[in-house]
Amino acid sequence: MEFLSDIASLINSTLRISTPLVFAAMAGIFAERSGVIDFSLEGKMLMAAFVAAVGSYYLGNPWLGLLLAIIVCVCLSMLHGFASVTHKGDQVVSCVAINILIIGLTTALAAAWFGQAGLTPTLNEEQRFLEINLPFADSVRDIPIIGTLYSDILSGHYVFVYLAYLSVPIVFWIVFKTSFGLRLRAVGENPSAVDTAGINVFAMRYKALAVNGVLIAFAGAHLSTAVNANFFREMSAGRGYLALAAMIFGKWHPKTALIACLLFGFTDALQIRLQGVELPAIGEIPVQLIQAIPYILTVVLLAGFVGKAIAPNAIGQPYIKER
Amino acid sequence: MSNIVVDKSKVPWWVSNVIVPLVNLTLALLVSGLFIFIAGENPIEAVKLIIFGSFGYIQGFAYTLYYTTNFIFTGLAFAVAFHCRLFNIGGEGQAYIGGLGVFLVAINLSFLPIPIVWLLSICGAFLFGAAWAYIPAYLQSKRGSHVVITTIMFNFIASSLMIFLLVDVIRDTNQMAPHTVKLPEAIWLPSFEAFSGILGIKIRYSPLNLTFLLAIASLFFVWFLVWKTKWGYEMRAVGHNTQAAIYAGISPHKNIIIAMCISGGLAGLLGVNEILGVSHKIQAGFPAGYGFTGIAVALMGRNHPIGILPAAFLFGILYQGGSEVTFEMPNITRYMFVAVQGLIILFSGALENLFRPQIESFFVKRLNKEVNA
Repeated sequence: MEFLSDIASLINSTLRISTPLVFAAMAGIFAERSGVIDFSLEGKMLMAAFVAAVGSYYLGNPWLGLLLAIIVCVCLSMLHGFASVTHKGDQVVSCVAINILIIGLTTALAAAWFGQAGLTPTLNEEQRFLEINLPFADSVRDIPIIGTLYSDILSGHYVFVYLAYLSVPIVFWIVFKTSFGLRLRAVGENPSAVDTAGINVFAMRYKALAVNGVLIAFAGAHLSTAVNANFFREMSAGRGYLALAAMIFGKWHPKTALIACLLFGFTDALQIRLQGVELPAIGEIPVQLIQAIPYILTVVLLAGFVGKAIAPNAIGQPYIKER
Repeated sequence: MSNIVVDKSKVPWWVSNVIVPLVNLTLALLVSGLFIFIAGENPIEAVKLIIFGSFGYIQGFAYTLYYTTNFIFTGLAFAVAFHCRLFNIGGEGQAYIGGLGVFLVAINLSFLPIPIVWLLSICGAFLFGAAWAYIPAYLQSKRGSHVVITTIMFNFIASSLMIFLLVDVIRDTNQMAPHTVKLPEAIWLPSFEAFSGILGIKIRYSPLNLTFLLAIASLFFVWFLVWKTKWGYEMRAVGHNTQAAIYAGISPHKNIIIAMCISGGLAGLLGVNEILGVSHKIQAGFPAGYGFTGIAVALMGRNHPIGILPAAFLFGILYQGGSEVTFEMPNITRYMFVAVQGLIILFSGALENLFRPQIESFFVKRLNKEVNA
């Protein structure tokens, strides 16, 4: 029973830790399928975390904080589009600029408004999202297996966890089953053909970036108004890049990207578990090296030791309309 | 707005390489001023403090040049890789590992006579930095994993590795804080105070040291390497058009590896300034964002040594003057200047074409009028 509950709590934390990665990977799919590189997931997630925390602190409602975060993230996506779609600037440079700008701006403003430590004030229960206990979770806990599955794994998560896993089939449906999705993918593969068909390439890319901004805002709000009760400096800690790696590893496809996100989440959950544990034959692994495992895993996965990833054909290239 | 067509051959070099970058820089600084205003301080007062802090007294100016040294290294590092169309965002990690290289060589060979131990330590910094850049370069070239993600991951891994080494392996066991023992004083690089005595200036302390000259030498080294050697030509060819380079018999793999290794090596030289020149020991997190600032420096300097020198100096002013601002203005922290870097990258990198057509056509028309008149 001890073993079973260990497994249950490991799966539980995997689901929770993967949540921001899933949102970010879905956001990345929209941008990159339309042909726009998005390394700025990291910066936008951080900005969303900051805005959501500050917003719900002042407005007293985490949903309003989330709404503000969505607005700000869509604006940042539009900025990325303005630089790289309209002005045909380098997409990677634009992303690096946004990431560095946000790392600086969030901490600088938090320090200016709330004191030198760069933290935002701790949110009380009304200002943050709370864990949701599914109906009957307590009464069915004692049923073997099903009880554990329902009460310890499925129940008791923040709203974002459920939304994240719900977003995957929706994104799949939009990208692969609607005419919008068909145009989106076509713009990323062969923009001049899409242009010939009378579809505005620039407008499609801006629309894709808008959806991208909405999705990434959820990832940031999850960090600062659900799992934590405040914003702190660089709290996104590379998750935007991990999500991007998961998306590439998942070949720009929602289902496989989800599996990759869960793999990252599981490694991270395991990593927390392994800290301070004596392993047979190896002994205790130093905590700093264990913490590096998700990053090492990213490098290994990206190196394509598990299959080669093919990006959308027109990715990274600004579209120049011929006349 | 993109309807303006300008004949590129008629645009004078100083318009596209001086006027346009200056306009972009001005825009970035104007928006920065807005942020300082939002943070609740007066931007004009902040500018006054920056100028006083970086030029107002000799010690401040020495600090400005010390920061400039670091930015020359990391700016050149980004620029070299960029000529091969590689985004080396890993300067931070490469500098960290480069610091390990300089320390290990210096502490183990400190019995050697002075110029030799310096030279070997510099080689150590370069090689360690280069080695840390080699793996992402190899993965980019052979496995197609995007160099931006791998170098970012290598920053995180370098940080974990160095903290592990500092805590468990090479820590000065007499101290609580995670840093190494100090290098023997005999092999420290001479600092600016030593020279200022000869010049007849009294100065208490400054971190400026001989590494500044190494940075200036690196500018010449990169200029020669990239524009005056066969290898530099091949590297730029791969960067411009990989397919054409392959037809010309140039190996992209070889050039990607060399470009990244030189880039990583240059970032590693930051360790010479910080460890052999200033703190004489490895402290946790000593690269302190200089690696990322290098990106802004290189983009502002249009990836050319002649541009990187003034850009590095400008960031030296921002850093040193910025510390004066954070000291005087309680609402401004050093992170505000990280945001300023982001704005400079945005306006002089990603949005560099924002007003370029308008400015260029303005000057072309004016010059044509003068010629016709």
